[in-house]
Amino acid sequence: MSGKTKSGLIKSSIGKKVFMGLTGLFLCLFLAGHLAGNLQLLLPADVARDQFNAYAKFMTTNPAVKLLSYLTYFSILFHAVDGLYLAWQNKQARPQAYYKKDDAANAGWASRNMAVLGTLLLVFIVLHMKSFWYEMHFGAVPVYGSIEHGELKDLYTLTVSAFKQWWYVLIYVVSMAVVGFHLWHGFGSGFKSLGISHPVYTPLLNGFGKGFAVVVSVLFALLPVYIFLTSLN
Amino acid sequence: MSSKTMRLNLKIWRQKGPKANGKMVDYTLNEVNPEMSFLEMMDVLNQQLVERGDEPVAFDHDCREGICGMCSMFINGRAHGPMTGTTTCQLHMRHFNDGDTIVIEPWRASAFPVIKDLMVDRSAFDRIIQAGGYISVNTGSAPDANALPIPKENADMAFDAATCIGCGACVATCKNASAMLFVGAKVSQLSLLPQGQPEREERAIRMVEQMDKEGFGNCTNTGACEVECPKGISIENIARMNREYLRAKLVQK
Repeated sequence: MSGKTKSGLIKSSIGKKVFMGLTGLFLCLFLAGHLAGNLQLLLPADVARDQFNAYAKFMTTNPAVKLLSYLTYFSILFHAVDGLYLAWQNKQARPQAYYKKDDAANAGWASRNMAVLGTLLLVFIVLHMKSFWYEMHFGAVPVYGSIEHGELKDLYTLTVSAFKQWWYVLIYVVSMAVVGFHLWHGFGSGFKSLGISHPVYTPLLNGFGKGFAVVVSVLFALLPVYIFLTSLN
Repeated sequence: MSSKTMRLNLKIWRQKGPKANGKMVDYTLNEVNPEMSFLEMMDVLNQQLVERGDEPVAFDHDCREGICGMCSMFINGRAHGPMTGTTTCQLHMRHFNDGDTIVIEPWRASAFPVIKDLMVDRSAFDRIIQAGGYISVNTGSAPDANALPIPKENADMAFDAATCIGCGACVATCKNASAMLFVGAKVSQLSLLPQGQPEREERAIRMVEQMDKEGFGNCTNTGACEVECPKGISIENIARMNREYLRAKLVQK
């Protein structure tokens, strides 16, 4: 072999997948944190309002959290752009489709639909950020004075009133199912893209990833359903 | 030997040449012996086509004993047909039923252009091997046992990877037409052995670059390739190639 080759990691197929894995797994960590914060919505209403709003204030003002949030925005954007580009390349690799292809014979449904699931998630993220992130940062969320925490933006009431609408709850539940399927394959796949494969640990990681997918999506979906049901009384 | 014969409806991709437009053509074949291999069934069809004065169906085949990797047929939506761990020549007609319709297509990938009918050009694989799937110096004839200490596990893994026959079923079945299982096996077989060490980094980088240049897709880790591989090559080889490539990118001077 002669002549060194030096091209950037990101230009190669494997490099692009490595970045998909890194950003995807970081976003799994983000989801775990996001979920833990959201679970405060399950507290009794009188406690939850102050606690959730104080938490929201901390999450939007603390410099360390800010730094993490920039990393999260970057990861979402990079994961989306890289993923869509990879999907486009994959389409180019087979310009003529098979007359008959038995896709289910050798691969799981989630693994075959990552790009579609991811695109749906991107749409959901835009909607979700418009509803809460944008309102919290730039919108007119009413401010009130709490005894314990001082001035707070009332994100809690905004959230609770949003989930009083059944169709809004439905969008969230369906989107969380999409998250679940995306993670079902994505968690384990991310490690493989990073080159991590082990006879003992890989099956454990895959199992953990599937459990993570189910727990995260079900708990996330539970919140709007719980708020909707309690609002009926 | 069972003497009951079958009647089959075949839907076969016919394409006159690389630039021609192809189409699916229907054929009916009577008196197919269930003990025939799939390729023998194709021979019977071609014999009838020749006798009729029609153009026989072009398909690749060579050893017909499951080791050359030439017979590249996509049968009823699966590479090498419904059985796992076989090439098309080792698929027998007893796995089909009387009256079945069987769809037969060539491998579909932009890196594997159709030459004619069911034959595709798989020289992209050769160019990937030429890019780095070798050892540049003569390492001598087979060494004496235990002269070169190699852990048993590594020898086994290298051997398992080396069983790849380059048939292209992994590319054919992959939803992304990715060649990662093939390249993963070829990178692994050399990176696991002492003879492969001096060129380890360069090999991984060059083979991956050539793979990308040929226009194969990317890996989604669906695992379809290892299911369809006639030699049962593990998808672990893809993770190893990812590792080898990343490591090479980090340590190459």
